[in-house]
Amino acid sequence: MILILLTMVFLLIRVLPGDPVLLHFEKNASPAAVEQMRHQLGLDKPLWAQYFDYLFGLFRGDLGKSMQDYSSVGQNIFSAFPATLELAIFSMVIAAALGIILGVQASKAYNKPEDHIIRIFGIVTYAIPVFFLGMIFQLTLGLGLHWFPVGQRFNPTIQIPQGLNIGSIHFSTGLYTIDSLLEGNMFKFTESLRYLFLPSLTLGLVLSGVFIRLTRSNMFETLRLDFVTAARARGLTENKVTYSYALRNAFLPVLTMLGLQFATLLGGAILTETTFSWPGLGRYIVDRINFRDYTAIQGAVVVFGIFVSMVSLVVDLLYAYLDPRIRL
Amino acid sequence: MSEENKEKPHLLTVNNLTVEYWARRGKIRAVENASFTLHKGETLGVVGESGSGKSTLGMSLIRLVPYPGRIVKGNIILEEKNILKLKNEQVRDIRGRRISYIFQDPMTSLNPVEKIKDHFIELIQTHEPKVTKAAALRRANQLFKDVGIQPERINDYPHQLSGGMRQRVMIALALALNPSVVIADEPTTALDVVVQAKILDLLGALKERYGMALILITHDLSIVLERSNEIIVMYAGRIVEQSPSTDLYSSTQHPYSQGLLKSIPNIELADQKLEAIEGSPPDLLHPPSGCRFWPRCSYVMPECRAEEPPLFQTGKNHLVRCYLYTEQSK
Amino acid sequence: MTKPTTKKSVLSSILPGLNSLAKRGLAGWLIIVGAIFVAAIVVMTAISPWIVPYNPVEIPSSPKILAPPSMQHFFGTNDLGQDVFSRVLSGGGVMLQVSILSVIVCLAIGVPLGLFASYAGGAVDRVVGLLMDSIYAFPGLVLAIAIAAMLGRGVVNMALSIAVVYIPSYFRVIRSQVLSIKEMSYIEAANAVGAKNRTILTRYILPNIVPSIVVVATVNFADAILTAAGLTFIGLGVPVTIPDWGWDLTNGRRLLTSGAWWVITFPGIMIILLALGFTLMGDGLSELFNPRLEQ
Repeated sequence: MILILLTMVFLLIRVLPGDPVLLHFEKNASPAAVEQMRHQLGLDKPLWAQYFDYLFGLFRGDLGKSMQDYSSVGQNIFSAFPATLELAIFSMVIAAALGIILGVQASKAYNKPEDHIIRIFGIVTYAIPVFFLGMIFQLTLGLGLHWFPVGQRFNPTIQIPQGLNIGSIHFSTGLYTIDSLLEGNMFKFTESLRYLFLPSLTLGLVLSGVFIRLTRSNMFETLRLDFVTAARARGLTENKVTYSYALRNAFLPVLTMLGLQFATLLGGAILTETTFSWPGLGRYIVDRINFRDYTAIQGAVVVFGIFVSMVSLVVDLLYAYLDPRIRL
Repeated sequence: MSEENKEKPHLLTVNNLTVEYWARRGKIRAVENASFTLHKGETLGVVGESGSGKSTLGMSLIRLVPYPGRIVKGNIILEEKNILKLKNEQVRDIRGRRISYIFQDPMTSLNPVEKIKDHFIELIQTHEPKVTKAAALRRANQLFKDVGIQPERINDYPHQLSGGMRQRVMIALALALNPSVVIADEPTTALDVVVQAKILDLLGALKERYGMALILITHDLSIVLERSNEIIVMYAGRIVEQSPSTDLYSSTQHPYSQGLLKSIPNIELADQKLEAIEGSPPDLLHPPSGCRFWPRCSYVMPECRAEEPPLFQTGKNHLVRCYLYTEQSK
Repeated sequence: MTKPTTKKSVLSSILPGLNSLAKRGLAGWLIIVGAIFVAAIVVMTAISPWIVPYNPVEIPSSPKILAPPSMQHFFGTNDLGQDVFSRVLSGGGVMLQVSILSVIVCLAIGVPLGLFASYAGGAVDRVVGLLMDSIYAFPGLVLAIAIAAMLGRGVVNMALSIAVVYIPSYFRVIRSQVLSIKEMSYIEAANAVGAKNRTILTRYILPNIVPSIVVVATVNFADAILTAAGLTFIGLGVPVTIPDWGWDLTNGRRLLTSGAWWVITFPGIMIILLALGFTLMGDGLSELFNPRLEQ
């Protein structure tokens, strides 16, 4: 299936009306320049040759060259990726935590006001465009109250977290939070969190609606199953019944949803990164669109697709591991 | 109610218990004005068909009537305390410790993602926080011996055990804290016949050994005739007959009880005709006027349709809710 | 049934419908509230040319730039001196057009595709299914952005990119429904009597899957609106000459630091209301068709 995905992306920029190179130059370039670029990027070869180049290139990790400056798309993406990864992780954590906590609360307060409020909250957060929410946060928490920065990933006046640097061992993950901890610098750590907060809160809030709904309905059903009543009949505490008995059993579908939502997360990340000038893969794509850098766009989209497939795979494995009925 | 029972200590007394379910279509009285007494060391059988209210009665004894049901009237007095008036936390303490409940379907009554041993550790440590994990496991081991499961199975997950084994686990869990009362709701319905007898024997033996009182809820009259001291027959939410089991067998008074008795197959009677009770249980949303049983009763009289009969006392410990015995009770 | 021609008879046919919806409890109310939001916005956009106090696209000769909300300008003005209130009244057009167009395309392509592929079964079903699954697994917005980037700006292109991303959803829903219906005996009976496949599809299967299609379509509407807003935000929207809420948000971004909150807030709220309207309808409809078995 990944193959189909890759093929789709390949065909995307070639089958659609308009020649990518011409579109790039927007009709004001000499035929010679056009030909040169075509040749440099291998776009003058027959379609099937291009296809093979593309696939083999991917195997080697070569994602082609940017139309703007012939730099390696792969390199560019590689340097932009950790920012998106960090944003994705924190947003997912916020979305899942909010979703599960509120979902459990709602399922226990069935049909009472608390339940209705939480459900409405879940529906409304879904309907808010993520960039609009981001801008509202920027206006209020950022510019208004000055609690958080409104753009960029890190404080421009200090050096970015370097990671582990002992003797000849250099190790950094590209995730500023982890790198600053590895470096042992608490100030950098808090700074990276400060910059991370608004973007991940925005993305996390918008995503939480789905989790609230799923957790709520699963918990609702699970709380009515026999073994939950039996647990209550044995005098176990409400907390234990809710979490060890009900939630642990209701949780697995939520976990699968986590994996599925990752795809949505990446889409939302594009808009969020643009809003907060977050230097990740999403903003890279938007920049490349503005430059009409079609080969780079192709490369970035491929990376997104592969990333999502990998996450789905991991979630499937995790699911099988966590459910003792499947495992044994 | 009677003099003989005044000597045995009252363990559990239920007075005028009424439980209603509030559904969108209307109100259902699942249990109405039920009163009975359970004595120490006694086995009480509660018999009735599905919908008779027997399970609801059982659940209300530990205040676990599922939504949208609620207990609207009455009191349940366990060792001097009225359970219905206690705070939630106090009731939670009683559950599993003073009164245990064994559920009907062992296949779905255990937490699928927890090992059996964790069920025990949780149970014991919740009620007795000072007990260590090791001590709890020792206790669980002993219980396993009592109920007849190999001790190594304690490390298994529920789905690795058979139905009969799971039911034994349920029994072990119910006995773990030495309760005074154990309520067994259809303990054998979900099991096959061979296992049924074993489980019932087990319950009886454990009852003797642990000295607890047992409430046996079932639709099978033959079980309670053999194994209980006293029997309550329920129909459409009402107690229609109440008596010591020996009396019930020799002198079955309520027409419904008679019907139940007649429908038990007797292996010794070669040409026995199995007689079923005509008709079907009433719709509790729109119950018949007067006595709930009159549409199916072959002895129906005019007063039956008019007003519901009260419980008449026809013997030392024998009560019947039927106008046939108006004279006898005087 | 005679077609209602006068205003009075339109109302009199809607009211009993509303009444029966309201009786259905929460689900009915969700549909009604959602429909009211949507209808109100549609009407507002439609009559906006007649009720706008100012021309939403014209740049006034002596512009009052970034004026906060006042009696003259209810919602203030933007950096070009345009009245935000007028832009809000008329800005829904693009979103509505894009979403309607994308739904039409999805219905036109997705429904027949789903019907034929799943009814035919075998290799056809598997191939098409694989294709659909691949598209479905892909991060939706990313794909829409990529397609829109290739196609260019404009309402039609936005609608097409959204449609491509959404067709697999229709396909899945239709497929699962068709598969379960296909096994039912009345289909077998129809076959036995010699009914043509086409007849079976249109007379027997199609009517039964309409409810689920409707539900997917309403979600499609909501998503299309949010996606269209997103595409506009990235610069793949419509030219400046058309009033559009999405454009206002994009434009307003640059103005945040000057504290001109009114430029983005009001258009943003309108987008939320429109998306919310469709979402509520979708929720209500799905509740109506598949009521949750509660107690």
